[in-house]
Amino acid sequence: MAQATTTARRRTRRLNPIDAFLWLIRIVAVVVILVGLTNSLTSGRLSAQQWRDLMVFGVSQGSVYALIALGYTLVYGVLKFINFAHGEVFMSSTMIGFFAADALARSGMWNDQPIVSLFIVLIVCMLTSTLVAITLERVAYRPLRGSPRLVPLITSIGASFFLQYTFAGLFGVGTRSWPQVEILQGSWQFLGFRIVRTQAVVILAALAMMALLYVFVERTRTGRAMRAVAEDQETAALMGIDVNRTIVVVFGVGGAMAGVAGFLWGLAFQTVFFFTGFLPGIKAFTAAVLGGIGNIAGAMVGGISLGIFEQVGPSAVLAGLGVEGFNQLKDVVAFTALVLVLIFRPSGILGERLSEERA
Amino acid sequence: MRTRKRRAGALTAVVLSFMLVAAACGDDAAEPEFGDLGGVVVPPQGAVRIAALQAISGAVANLGADQVRAIQIAIDDFGPIEGHQVFLSIEDDLCLSAGGNTGASRIIADTQIIGVVGTSCSGAGVPASELISQAGRVMISGSNTSPSLTSTGNLEGNPVRADNWSEGYFRTAHNDEYQGDGAGQFLADFLGVASAAFIHDGDPYTEGLVNQARTAFESRGGTTAFFGAVGKDDTDMRPILTEVAAAGPEVLFFPIFQPAGDFIAKQAPEIAGFENIQLMGADGLLSQTFLSLPETEGMYFSGPAGRSSPEYDAMVAKYQELYNEPPVQAFHAHAYDAATLLMTKIAEVAEAQDDGTLHVDLRALRDALYATSGFQGLTGTITCNEFGDCAEPRISVYQNLDPSAGIGGTVGNVVWP
Repeated sequence: MAQATTTARRRTRRLNPIDAFLWLIRIVAVVVILVGLTNSLTSGRLSAQQWRDLMVFGVSQGSVYALIALGYTLVYGVLKFINFAHGEVFMSSTMIGFFAADALARSGMWNDQPIVSLFIVLIVCMLTSTLVAITLERVAYRPLRGSPRLVPLITSIGASFFLQYTFAGLFGVGTRSWPQVEILQGSWQFLGFRIVRTQAVVILAALAMMALLYVFVERTRTGRAMRAVAEDQETAALMGIDVNRTIVVVFGVGGAMAGVAGFLWGLAFQTVFFFTGFLPGIKAFTAAVLGGIGNIAGAMVGGISLGIFEQVGPSAVLAGLGVEGFNQLKDVVAFTALVLVLIFRPSGILGERLSEERA
Repeated sequence: MRTRKRRAGALTAVVLSFMLVAAACGDDAAEPEFGDLGGVVVPPQGAVRIAALQAISGAVANLGADQVRAIQIAIDDFGPIEGHQVFLSIEDDLCLSAGGNTGASRIIADTQIIGVVGTSCSGAGVPASELISQAGRVMISGSNTSPSLTSTGNLEGNPVRADNWSEGYFRTAHNDEYQGDGAGQFLADFLGVASAAFIHDGDPYTEGLVNQARTAFESRGGTTAFFGAVGKDDTDMRPILTEVAAAGPEVLFFPIFQPAGDFIAKQAPEIAGFENIQLMGADGLLSQTFLSLPETEGMYFSGPAGRSSPEYDAMVAKYQELYNEPPVQAFHAHAYDAATLLMTKIAEVAEAQDDGTLHVDLRALRDALYATSGFQGLTGTITCNEFGDCAEPRISVYQNLDPSAGIGGTVGNVVWP
């Protein structure tokens, strides 16, 4: 007891100017957010139904971020570097998926057999991005294994440009538009929430994929090998794990998740061009950091939180603070949210389980 | 020691010979007398060089590509200047401020380029016009419509220089004070709408236009239910559309660009409460790819008034023949006029020399452009004022009744005035 009080006293005495400043920022941030929220919620500008709609938009956008974020976090967990070309892996699947969807729409199958068509396009998307991710690993990253961490990082930025402009060169710089899915027009009612059908599909598919991935990593032999390689590559190799193969699997699985994200993007936003991967890629990376990078559950939580922050935040906080044109500032809200979360929890929402060595 | 001496000797020889050559050159070609902005000397057999700074990539590529094609046709129609072919360099303005900056920097780095036809977007035009003006060159845009590039106060008959005005900047497109006013009149007087929502994307073009439309609408008794902005790269418009639906206007006016405009049109039907909100855009969205979207059926668009003349029809026929499709945007005629005006004035001030060179004085060119009066173009009579506004501003509102008919169908369907 006495000891505890001494520690507490020591802590108070150690409150240096930097800590005090951080606390000040925390308090100001909380006050500003609370004022904005109260003003918005009491103004009656949006109905309860509309607030619920915004939440649904956030979860739907966030699920796409979460799926892409998984790729960042898986690679980071195993290789400790950020694969900045992952946004382009995502874009490649939406782009190639467009050609599959367009061909099916032209043949009439898209409307005659929508479920089968969607499934075919999903497979095409996943195969494309898996292939791109694995090729990237083999060509750009494996030769650099063992070099300082900044080397693959810079390489990944180069790879990102390479992929963007390869796609621009192959398919032109114009935008491509995915066909509409007839059976996904309209909306469903669910527990008082009104969910646009495409968004329901986006959310359900994303959740299903994340659950599958979780089971894969936690319950299968390959998953265990991935975790072992993430802990310690050398020891894993000594235990008979094929490290190279495991790393290929990590890239492949991350790529497949980006493929699903690309497919869902095609359904929800329909438009794709060679630069489509950039912003979602950055957002997904933000989501991965927000949730605690290297942590699979963290990527999911981070993605969905980021989606909600950016879709609900402008209306809920900025509008209440009287900011003009607040919808334009959703990226500001997203990145401010990142800063705020990191001020409160420097290792991300679920980042606590990371040991010093891994982080 | 010996080698060092020898090296020093060799160096001196090289330096001396350079000085000799330089002196010889100086004697040979006496610098032509140019005004304070300098001039361009087109060598014998050399081309008269002009540049196009247009949005030719990404979702707005239609806007720039349409104008580049029109400029090529104008060059072809105009023919050589004093026996010198006209050669066009093409730069991309990306429809962004950064793109205008880079493109203009590349253009002014090439001292043979006399003038520029561009930019496509007002946002790119702000830095580009400043750089090109400082470099002494001239720039004529066929589609910048933001008042901030030339003058404000036109509707009151008392125009004053706007914030981003630069000397040597001209345009054959209208000033959006007229378009905003037209859109406001159309909403309040023609449609009889009582409340409207406005969305811009932060670009000087879109922001200027919605502000003007809002002022005109409110001065005629309308109320603004919602006034907001989206980002150019935003893809999910559902939150702002939810805000619009909550405000309950009769019309949503969003004179922005693609692809943001596509997302608004596509996502609006998903939002509850949007069934009775009429959509309206402006000339930035009068594009083949936007008008082909099934969701844009019934939408209104303000834009420059079309003009049919045998000359215009001949130009469209040529366009069709060369590019296998009809014009894909609303500003090809303006760009054609801009290019023709530029070449006409270059031909007017150019002085052919005995040795076959051509001297173009940039001060004389700038003055000649400001003196433009009664120039007959495809878009009407072009007369430039002291702020660089040269167009005869006539605005129409069109309605898209059949997305499968594309831009040709929409601009053929004038509903106002």
